Amino acid sequence: MSVLVDKNTRLIVQGITGKVGMFHAQKSLEYGTQVVGGVTPGKGGDKVLDLPVFDTVAEAIEKTGANATVIFVPPPFAADAIMEAAAAGVPLIVTITEGIPVADMIRAKRFIQDKPVRLLGPNCPGVITPDQCRIGIMPGYIHKPGKVGVISRSGTLTYEAVHQLTTLGLGQTTAIGIGGDPVNGTNFVDCLQLFNEDPDTEGIVMIGEIGGSAEEEGAAFIKEHVKKPVVGFIAGRTAPPGKRMGHAGAIISGGKGTAEAKLEALRDAGVHIAETPSDLGSTMAAALNKAAS
Amino acid sequence: MKIHEYQGKDLLRAEGVPVPLSHVAFTAEEAKDAAAKLIDETGSEIVVVKAQIHAGGRGKGRFKEYPELGGVKVVKGATAAKDVATKMLGSTLVTIQTGPEGKKVQRVLVEQGMDIKQELYLGITLDRATGRNTVMASTEGGMEIEEVAAHTPEKILKEAIDPAVGLAGFQARKLAYGLGLEGKVARKAAAFLGKLAGAYERLDCSLLEINPLVITGSGDVLALDAKANFDDNALHRHPHIEALRDPGEEDAAELEAKKHDLSYVNLDGNIGCMVNGAGLAMATMDIIKHFGAEPANFLDVGGGATVERVTAAFKIITSDPRLEGILVNIFGGIMKCDTIAQGVIAAVKEVGLTVPLVVRLEGTNVAQGKKLLEESGLNLTTGSSLRDAASKIVELVNK
Repeated sequence: MSVLVDKNTRLIVQGITGKVGMFHAQKSLEYGTQVVGGVTPGKGGDKVLDLPVFDTVAEAIEKTGANATVIFVPPPFAADAIMEAAAAGVPLIVTITEGIPVADMIRAKRFIQDKPVRLLGPNCPGVITPDQCRIGIMPGYIHKPGKVGVISRSGTLTYEAVHQLTTLGLGQTTAIGIGGDPVNGTNFVDCLQLFNEDPDTEGIVMIGEIGGSAEEEGAAFIKEHVKKPVVGFIAGRTAPPGKRMGHAGAIISGGKGTAEAKLEALRDAGVHIAETPSDLGSTMAAALNKAAS
Repeated sequence: MKIHEYQGKDLLRAEGVPVPLSHVAFTAEEAKDAAAKLIDETGSEIVVVKAQIHAGGRGKGRFKEYPELGGVKVVKGATAAKDVATKMLGSTLVTIQTGPEGKKVQRVLVEQGMDIKQELYLGITLDRATGRNTVMASTEGGMEIEEVAAHTPEKILKEAIDPAVGLAGFQARKLAYGLGLEGKVARKAAAFLGKLAGAYERLDCSLLEINPLVITGSGDVLALDAKANFDDNALHRHPHIEALRDPGEEDAAELEAKKHDLSYVNLDGNIGCMVNGAGLAMATMDIIKHFGAEPANFLDVGGGATVERVTAAFKIITSDPRLEGILVNIFGGIMKCDTIAQGVIAAVKEVGLTVPLVVRLEGTNVAQGKKLLEESGLNLTTGSSLRDAASKIVELVNK
């Protein structure tokens, strides 16, 4: 089992004619993902990687039966692409684009709020269920089917965690990037709930960073509902306040969003804290052993 | 992006938000002329000279060169304004937000004196939990809003802005009445709020703070201070705001990094870091601290970095005079390890290497990357994991 995506996922790529979109569509195809088409306004009728290109998402859905989309559209047009996908009723919208204006995302989030769709990202590496479906930009080969669910605000830190889980033989059910922007579609709580209900997920790795309160909300959910072992890591203990650390959302403002406050909330919820990112895998292995004994 | 108070007030004035009359001055002579013009415009001799720096707490701050002088000074007459400006310009103002080194004042704002009856607080920023921009208002004007939020959160009124509607009239009235304002003053405050919220959305602000908002003796409502920050991701649609950037207020290395599309933040430590990915870059800083040293910077070279960009990043790191060691930590996904290796080798050839260097490579093309480094003959240490690499660089620097 897995969450969000599996071998039945049928994916279209918004922005498939761009360099990055095409490159990762190719990588997803090589990974065995069912990529069934692409969308670039004005390029309808073309073929890319032997896949049909459509002018609109609605037409792509109608002709291909896709049930997921990944967005590689440049920042000024990305929020519009999200809304187009939501209006066309695509149940899973994964947005990789980094640098979308916050005001655009506020409007897009408002637009999709009553629609039966899930948005992952923006500014995320995507989502992968090992050996079944790769949506996004992560290196596929470091993943391995297994029993740990991974949720993360950061791309490369996800790779760290995944790589260690694979090396230790624990593997992953699904790894989800929720993105580093201040306004995003899916948060820790949503993903924790999915993994908590997935029978094959035995443990959950949760990687957060400074800024906002999504980790604290996740901790409250864990305390209330999650019985599976959870391993947590928060990046940015040494980040100075008021400075944006790369991700638009990684900023301590007005004394809020510090790593210490997040770690405190996670500890209070019984989460096993990895002191460094090198300890993510071993901390999970120890937690799973303890849970089994 | 941050701007100066006077620039913020200019933008607000253009949006129809009431602000006092004021003129910016870059020299003492200009300050005198500005004051004379204000006195002519208002018929009052009272003017205020305000130091312009990108930091709050100016009123309570003090100049290093003139310990009795704060960053905001009320004076009578144009000559007095000139005397104060003479002292302020070129001097260093230390406030609670500048750190002990302070900031050099290069411009002052000369503003009409106001008959202040009441001081209030207004702020607009994103509430990340709800994904909505939110107006905050409080009767505790002139105070640090973080202090108010920590000790008396009930004194902060909040209204979330629906992006499809904007701040509705009833919400603005609710805030005005909630602040205890009445009659004509409440109407003016509500109108002020409507204009302010409109400006926030039109200008793609990330923060718009009026502290204090003042009610004058004659019942006018004006922004006595204005702090505006902007969403960097939206600056491309506001070239007139981008043009307000003051390079004198920004870190030279950070500006250089920006030119190369690198995400870089200068810090106080002695171990430079080059990492791919913001989360991993923060975690790399943290692990340096974990082993007992301090990071010199945050640097994310990004996913699609070229050899040229990696070279530029390496040069920026090595330009830091406090640098005693470098840790390169790469988990190649999109970023290929051999690209990083080529960049590091090219940079060292160009600028030399006088401090210990530890490199940890993992992920895509890791074997090719390691081979390139080995064959280069560079004097470097390799780390097998992030933990191993971080402990090695700290050990080498502390030796």
